[in-house]
Amino acid sequence: MNSSAICEEWLSSLPPMQGYLKKEQSIGRQSLFEHGMPSNKDEAWRLCNFNRLNSFLSLPIVINNKNVSSKLKYIPEKDKDRERIIIDPNGNPAKNIIPTNGIEQLNDREIEENLGKIVKSTNVKNDLSVSLNQASSSELLALKVKSNMKESLEIVIPSIEGNSISTRIFLLIEEGAKLDLLQVFLGNTNSTQNHLIEIKVESNVELTHGLISLGEEKKSSSICTLAVQQSANSKYSLNSIHHGWDYARFEPRIIQKEGDASTNIKGLQVTKSKEQIATHSQIRFEGPNGKLDQLQKAVASEYSHSIFNGSIEVPQKAQKTEAAQLSRNLLLSKRAKIDTKPELEIVADDVRCTHGATVSQLQDEELFYLLSRGIDNKHANSLLLQGYYDEVVSDFPQSAWKWNFIEKLIKDINK
Amino acid sequence: MISSTSETILLIQDLHASVEDQQILHGVNLIVKEGEIHAIMGRNGSGKSTLSKVIAGHPSYNVLSGSIQFKGTNILELAPEERARIGIFLGFQYPVEIPGVSNLEFLRVATNARRKELLKSELDTFEFEDLVKERLKIVEMDPAFLERSVNEGFSGGEKKRNEILQMALLEPAISILDETDSGLDIDALRIVASGINKLSKPNSATILITHYQRLLNEITPDFVHIMADGQIIKTGNKDLAVELEKSGYDFIDKNTEDKEIAK
Repeated sequence: MNSSAICEEWLSSLPPMQGYLKKEQSIGRQSLFEHGMPSNKDEAWRLCNFNRLNSFLSLPIVINNKNVSSKLKYIPEKDKDRERIIIDPNGNPAKNIIPTNGIEQLNDREIEENLGKIVKSTNVKNDLSVSLNQASSSELLALKVKSNMKESLEIVIPSIEGNSISTRIFLLIEEGAKLDLLQVFLGNTNSTQNHLIEIKVESNVELTHGLISLGEEKKSSSICTLAVQQSANSKYSLNSIHHGWDYARFEPRIIQKEGDASTNIKGLQVTKSKEQIATHSQIRFEGPNGKLDQLQKAVASEYSHSIFNGSIEVPQKAQKTEAAQLSRNLLLSKRAKIDTKPELEIVADDVRCTHGATVSQLQDEELFYLLSRGIDNKHANSLLLQGYYDEVVSDFPQSAWKWNFIEKLIKDINK
Repeated sequence: MISSTSETILLIQDLHASVEDQQILHGVNLIVKEGEIHAIMGRNGSGKSTLSKVIAGHPSYNVLSGSIQFKGTNILELAPEERARIGIFLGFQYPVEIPGVSNLEFLRVATNARRKELLKSELDTFEFEDLVKERLKIVEMDPAFLERSVNEGFSGGEKKRNEILQMALLEPAISILDETDSGLDIDALRIVASGINKLSKPNSATILITHYQRLLNEITPDFVHIMADGQIIKTGNKDLAVELEKSGYDFIDKNTEDKEIAK
């Protein structure tokens, strides 16, 4: 069956449009119906492993199916000062939330006013990642974080074996708020998950966002679209790790709506066996004096494929923008592949924008230095990998360590 | 410290070695015994650094013929980490920066690898901190350098102090210090040299590779060797270094010419 037939079959298998995401479901299904699945002629999907992508359509989607329960794997104990939400695709995730000072659910009017607006403003044509989610999401976690929020927040999204899930999240971070947000995606055997997260960052907000995305079992796939809109004087820091997925695609899209804000992005993707992990980032400045510092790191071993596409848009009105993007890659095997592409579109003339990309191997001289001190080969390689990850990993909040991802990132690669 | 009953630590016989298909060493012979300090001098490209890398087991260097014995055992088949563990230490001319790897953790792992070989108990983080703080005094090093990445952003002098700190922690049987004096100002040179002197023990030995006599004013060698064209062409006592400093390498050339004429 070709991919458009698979897509049509999938659409017809979805339950009727219903609930408060009905409008969104209609938009997503219509778009898929019109455009179908992408091909390697679509620039944004050119390098995609389409067989893996099709698994999003071949696995049954979990929508209000009480026969399917998410058997939770081991999840470390929650921190005292961190509110935790575990998303169950079968129930309204908002029900899990114990209302605390500074965190509330959005009311219907606020949802109506905001939902879908940010992702729409990113203007991505034939937005497959988003359409797949819109077409199949039936629940929404919509929260408002107020300036008196004292705790930090953790959102955990486990996958369900043999199934596909779609989750939709909207966060409104109100003026003056400061939030430490940690998100964890966990894979499962033969499963897919698709996330659409929109975050509206109002002025004078400081948001640090850690994302740990671990596909821990065989044949697990993940697509995540993260659309963030920043108002003036806001500060957004995103630290992400992607590892262990057969197929993963991460699309962070950040818009500085008025410029004058600061964005820090540090991403790490680590691939092994025949995995493919891709990050397609898009950052747009819609006003002057915006700042961006972006570091994307990748480690590719065995037969794996790592992709980074980093777009930065600086239109005429975004004068005095300062943007720096660096893609650093470590190729650990002759059969592994790394594709990295910066895409800078700069119209404003008074800006400072830099970009660079490097691909290297573990340095022989560094290794010899460690060996010459009596450290064995395996341990020396571990230290070097740990050193390589450190730039991204060290910025995660302390409470992220309990997910033991660093040990996993080292063990899986340094076999 | 030398006595006639001293054990031989390092015995190099007719060593020929190459790097990237270019032969650098053309028959090096050297005997180093317990308690001895040797200096190897010579022009750039004479093979001094190559000799040190070959002894440490750098994989880019190939031994073509000859042998290296450490306390009677052939080490040519040993991996670099095995050579380090049995007590061979190379102080790097250009210590490598390793971003993201904590200096303290690196020192601890290395120290424990050596301690294991010596059948001493491995040190946990706290025990190691006590040890390292005591050893820092030998090189008058600021403890702040322990918290940083290995050699990253260290000045030339700090890197060399870090090398001697490693020597102090690993307690090697033989230390080969490759141009430890290069890039040091006078004060740093004195500190580093005094560290090396403090670490010289009757049962260990040191080989100093240097261009300048100034290091040898601080550390008195028992033997001075001059290398040229991948061989040790002259061996003497500390006066040889003084002579070299006075008349430069020209007198070696003369010497070599004489030898060739004699052939």
